[in-house]
Amino acid sequence: MFKKYIYTLFLIFIFTLFFSKLAYAIEIIIDKGVEKPIPVAIVPFGWSQAANLPPVDIAQVISNDLIRSGRFSAMEEKDMPQRPTDFDGVNFRDWRLLGMENLLIGNLAQNNQGDYDVEFRLIDVYKEKQIAGFRIPSTQVQLRRTAHEISDIIYEKLIGIRGAFATRIVYVTVNKNPDGTKRFALQVSDADGYNPQILLESNEPIMSPAWSPDGRSLAYVSFEEKNSAVYIQDIQSGARQKVASNRGINSAPGWSPDGSRLALTLSKDGNPEIYIFHIASRTLSRITENAAIDTEPVWSGDGKMLAFTSDRGGNPQIYEVPVEGGQPRRISFNGTYNAGPEYSPDSKTIAVINGDRGAYRIGLLNRATGQVTILTGSRQDESPSFAPNGHMIIYTTTGARGNALAAISVDGSVHQRLALQDGEVREPAWGPFMNR
Amino acid sequence: MSIRVLFFLLLSLTFYGCSSTEEVQDDASVVDQGRTMGEETDSQAYGAGEADRQGMSALDDPNSPLAKRIIYFEYDSSEILPEYRATVEAHAAYLAANQSVVITLEGHADERGSREYNLALGERRAESVSRQMSLLGASGSQFRVVSYGEERPAVDGHDDYAWSQNRRVEIIYR
Repeated sequence: MFKKYIYTLFLIFIFTLFFSKLAYAIEIIIDKGVEKPIPVAIVPFGWSQAANLPPVDIAQVISNDLIRSGRFSAMEEKDMPQRPTDFDGVNFRDWRLLGMENLLIGNLAQNNQGDYDVEFRLIDVYKEKQIAGFRIPSTQVQLRRTAHEISDIIYEKLIGIRGAFATRIVYVTVNKNPDGTKRFALQVSDADGYNPQILLESNEPIMSPAWSPDGRSLAYVSFEEKNSAVYIQDIQSGARQKVASNRGINSAPGWSPDGSRLALTLSKDGNPEIYIFHIASRTLSRITENAAIDTEPVWSGDGKMLAFTSDRGGNPQIYEVPVEGGQPRRISFNGTYNAGPEYSPDSKTIAVINGDRGAYRIGLLNRATGQVTILTGSRQDESPSFAPNGHMIIYTTTGARGNALAAISVDGSVHQRLALQDGEVREPAWGPFMNR
Repeated sequence: MSIRVLFFLLLSLTFYGCSSTEEVQDDASVVDQGRTMGEETDSQAYGAGEADRQGMSALDDPNSPLAKRIIYFEYDSSEILPEYRATVEAHAAYLAANQSVVITLEGHADERGSREYNLALGERRAESVSRQMSLLGASGSQFRVVSYGEERPAVDGHDDYAWSQNRRVEIIYR
């Protein structure tokens, strides 16, 4: 069954190659989906101008979103008994005979200003009732995003949690220059890998991108001045400011939930310590003071705690400390290596890199019990980042061919590979929900 | 540039070439005697330019212990292993004898585990070398410590060999 999806995706890939000059950088392949995916039929949308093709095949984008989530099976167009575009046109009996429970129908229309209206209805075939129905105004450049928003709504109505399709991801790519040296690039794309945009290119390494809570800026580390330095860059305008470039390490930016502060790792005072940088006043307050390595600070959802990695106990483990400072408390105890903490959106768990007998895997640390549940099964997995709905974790996996991206659901039932067209890709960070 | 100046330069190069032969022997004894040799060299009143040029020839000698510029480490460790002590001592003595020379100690880690932790680990390794060299008579102002963590591997592999080559501190003379 999944072979079929891969085949379909492959065809889409070829089509895209020929007709749209690589609109996307990453191809998402489902390795594993849930055992009983929810059946949906996304009927091709009606379109107001029969003479031209619609600028975006809305139904196709939605269908791909849902299939790639691993939680849905979408009926192929050729198997559909009819292609209704309004509620009255639905022949419920035909769909019921095929065992189809959920139907999405809709229309795309261009208005006098050249903009678009997308309207859709999600229908429960057995109850013959509308579950959701909206009209969303859109524009040519926003149409794919509008389709993702519809996917988000379907996900929410049928699974119970808002989908994270209309979001973006950031990642670092590494390619070889003609002379064999490496070329690093910081890129953002839609969560489905489309619309890649390069924010920074450099012959020096780029590390640790982190989304501002409003999704408008990124903090990251760049070695362009031959040492680590932390920058904040506005995604839309490209304008950026240097936040830290002291002697020693300047790294590991982590945003406060209100976006006013960055937790950082600086070693300017002798060895790596956690600091909080107040963006408006450009002032620093120091949080840790210890001869060991303290690094990778991240903020809990309520803004009260910082989790970080420290080897003060002999090997790297996760600690928590109140943001106003105080005595850090160790919270990870499973295995000899826990690092790279990342709070889940509800802050009940912390994703970590768990090292055990030479294997590094993504684990979920339960804050209440201290137990770590291992999610992934490769030898070298790192850089976990939660989708804003908390359902998936995107991460880097390293194999014989280098760094690649993968994603796994927090219950382990869904696994995806995110294949880059060429070169290596790593350090993914999933962006926040964006308000329209 | 006139012919005379060129001739003079060539002549001085030949001269420095000769003195570098002695320099090799000096360095061999530096390793054995540690501080003492450094102080002796220190006391010779070279002009800065001369010291540098003499230095360069010693640094360029492939048979000198100074030719070794990489110190390797064990997993998650910044301890300098016995087999690298001679290298550290030779560079420390050279720095002690040439106080105007500044080096960069570039710390690196293998790719396993967290990138940020590895960045810190790379720095700890470079600091460990810098501390040793300071104890051996080099001055703190002669070091620029920079960590690249796992971002600049020497070997692009994903196996034990690559990792062993990537856990390192590079000693860089400019």
